[in-house]
Amino acid sequence: MKQFSDLISAIEITNKTNAKIDALVHYFSTAPDKDKLWLIALFTGKRPSRPVKTTLMKEWCMELTNISEWLFLESYSTVGDLGETLALLLPEPTYNLDLSLNEWMTQLKALKPKSDEEKKAFVLKAWRGLEQQERLIFNKLIGGSFRIGVSKKTLVNALAKLTNIDANQLMHSIIGNWEVHSIAFEELVHGKHINYDNSKPYPFCLAYALEKNLSELGEPDDWMVEQKWDGIRGQIVKRNNEIYIWSRGEELVTKQFPELVEAMSNFKNDFVIDGEILAMKDNDILLFNDLQKRLNRKNVTKKLLEEVPIGFKAYDILEYNGNDLRELPFEERRRRLEFMFNLLALPEHIELSFLVDFKDWKELYTIRDNSRTINSEGLMLKQKKSPYHTGRKKGDWWKWKLDPLTIDAVMIYAQKGSGRRSSKYTDYTFAVKKDDALVTVAKAYSGLTDKEITEISQWVNKNAIEKFGPVRTVKPELVFEIAFEGIALSKRHKSGVALRFPRISRWRRDKPVDEIDTIETVKQLITAP
Amino acid sequence: MSKEKQLIKFTKKGIFCPKGKFYLDPWYPVDYAIISHGHADHARWGMKRYLCTDDSKAILQHRLGADISIESIPYDASLTINGVKVSFHPAGHVIGSAQIRLEYKGYIVVFSGDYKTQPDFISTPFEPIKCNTFITESTFGLPIYNWKSENTLQNQLQSWVKTNQANNRTSVFLGYSLGKAQRLMSILDGCDEIYVHRAIHNLNEAIFSSGIELPETKLWSADLDKKTLQNKIIIAPPALLGSRMLKRIPNVATAICSGWMQIRGNRRWQAVDAGFVVSDHADWNGLISTVKATEAQQVYVTHGSQAVFSKYLNEIGIKADELKTEYGDEALAKAEKETENIETK
Ligand SMILES: [Zn+2]
Ligand SMILES: [Zn+2]
Repeated sequence: MKQFSDLISAIEITNKTNAKIDALVHYFSTAPDKDKLWLIALFTGKRPSRPVKTTLMKEWCMELTNISEWLFLESYSTVGDLGETLALLLPEPTYNLDLSLNEWMTQLKALKPKSDEEKKAFVLKAWRGLEQQERLIFNKLIGGSFRIGVSKKTLVNALAKLTNIDANQLMHSIIGNWEVHSIAFEELVHGKHINYDNSKPYPFCLAYALEKNLSELGEPDDWMVEQKWDGIRGQIVKRNNEIYIWSRGEELVTKQFPELVEAMSNFKNDFVIDGEILAMKDNDILLFNDLQKRLNRKNVTKKLLEEVPIGFKAYDILEYNGNDLRELPFEERRRRLEFMFNLLALPEHIELSFLVDFKDWKELYTIRDNSRTINSEGLMLKQKKSPYHTGRKKGDWWKWKLDPLTIDAVMIYAQKGSGRRSSKYTDYTFAVKKDDALVTVAKAYSGLTDKEITEISQWVNKNAIEKFGPVRTVKPELVFEIAFEGIALSKRHKSGVALRFPRISRWRRDKPVDEIDTIETVKQLITAP
Repeated sequence: MSKEKQLIKFTKKGIFCPKGKFYLDPWYPVDYAIISHGHADHARWGMKRYLCTDDSKAILQHRLGADISIESIPYDASLTINGVKVSFHPAGHVIGSAQIRLEYKGYIVVFSGDYKTQPDFISTPFEPIKCNTFITESTFGLPIYNWKSENTLQNQLQSWVKTNQANNRTSVFLGYSLGKAQRLMSILDGCDEIYVHRAIHNLNEAIFSSGIELPETKLWSADLDKKTLQNKIIIAPPALLGSRMLKRIPNVATAICSGWMQIRGNRRWQAVDAGFVVSDHADWNGLISTVKATEAQQVYVTHGSQAVFSKYLNEIGIKADELKTEYGDEALAKAEKETENIETK
């Protein structure tokens, strides 16, 4: 397990994606075949179920070390991770146990049906034979996940670097159906178990933010305008009765949105469409906060499906029955999209992103200002003649976003940042007035200059009232303007409101604390849906 | 008044000895301060008179000013102040660090200052002192903190340097100028040329001038040719992390050296290439064995984990109470920075 343990150490210590990729490439070029497969399985959530309960592991450790429960819990709360706490508390190993990752995983799988006594003997034997870092990994293999900042995307990029195989194909391969015991590493990366022709997406066409006056764009008649929906840009690929959903981050997210897959299966033809994945309920678009509840879940429960239903607003069609349509003018692709969607009554969850009706540029200003009422971020302007470009290209597509909303709030907590800024207080919590007290409305950690951060850190050092771990409660004195993209009523927040993407827009040194916003004035920013 | 109360009283300015009329490591200016060691949270500015060990004297003068009124005595020698017998005993924490022993009418109080029980290659080794009342630190007072031997650490650090050299990288170690820096020098001695930051260099000069031998090092100054430093070793204070001065050197690998590196979460968020567990403080077993060895009937616990450690001591039948002081790692970090006004450009 030395190799795997070294890999984890190397990945953990760095926050540079490239260094992580290098460490993974090194592992993939040196580890035994089955170990590589296990690594991919572990990092993509294909974990076997837990063979030993955590409570038992805690008990055995307390017994072995003669530590009382309160002291164990104190240790745990300092370390913050059970597997690591165990690894740190256990006595030094007495011999050296050297098994490969595959051997460990195989033995752990076999352990599942055994009695607690047998499990205990196995675990204790392993603990005695492993040094600290390996022991930690062993504990992690038994139970939890490796939360060490390796996304599927990073994993795929490492595999792509190693094999020169297309990253999207690799993404499909690792997510597809496979078992460690029935496939070889080479077969997996070459996609022997999948048909990539059925899932292959196109590179997304992206827009720049509008940087000129509308009138400079020419005739309004040469343009088509849509709302800029605020969800996850996605591509739905339907070929040969297989359906795949790709997100713009080039992750295959099909399993996260079963209702979209089901809806799409109503269509007879093959196609690739581009659109926005949104949380949609009763024809209303919900906030991004709600959509987030649906992301990166291992299981989508029935309750969640009802609470936060997903919808897809289609923008564009890129392929129809095997024909690449991307060179056609947008106007024509849009016509075909409408035609295809008209062939049958649209299934639930699928909608066409409607075109904004306008005669002259002036009209668009009002329309954009009203976007917020329908939870849209602004407008998208598309040149009628534009092809579906690969990537970002200036001139044909523009996004024209709303200016953010702002409030004035006071800092009440500060926390040290990480990395380069670990000595400075960079993460702040802000509050507004509620009657005679303050109520937290947002956390934000961007938008200030290094100089301002240094000054604020010094101020925090002098004005901290209380500390909880890394958090400092400070005198409510410094006022900041907080900008955000959206606001909604929320039962989960003490203030009763949720802000979307809050950030510091500036430090209001000129404002005394009694002039900050009240929760009532903040709520007035919520536009009726 | 009990014998203990005649010897120590916990006041707002620090630990006071009513009979002897002096303070131990006070945090506010007083007339007479007895200092355990040179760290900025223990040796503070503004005392009318200082008393410390011979080995600490030059350090205090370097950090607090050549004009302070200061006396010193060797380890294990004693001095009687207003009838109280005062002596210093090795604490194994940093060069010159001492436990302070007070005796009056047969009653003995020992103030540990900061201490480390594991021997290293540079500080005078720690010795537990029998006493009636023991005031102990508890920076790492949890059973998750257990240190490896100095030899294991040396292998770890030196092999990291070798790996870096194989990858054409300069090894940078970050640690406080007093203590960690000299310890790292002794661990890395003979591995390759060691360059030290000016703050460390100047302190080393002061230590050296008082007759203490240190491993050979060179000054790392901003105008040094980049090539000279290639594949070499640099030791610098933590304030240098992310600094312009460090960024100017191409291909560096940076390591933080601290007891806190024992916890993964602390290693992960520092944006460095390695975190080594190098501590100047006693680990869990070191704290317990020391407290037991003093045979004290009353223990006071300061620094860090006082609540946990005193609860544990009571659980194993040793009478212990928490003692709030203004020592500790965070105070140290802040005070060290202010003392040194470090060059980072
Ligand atoms: Zn110290
Ligand atoms: Zn201290």
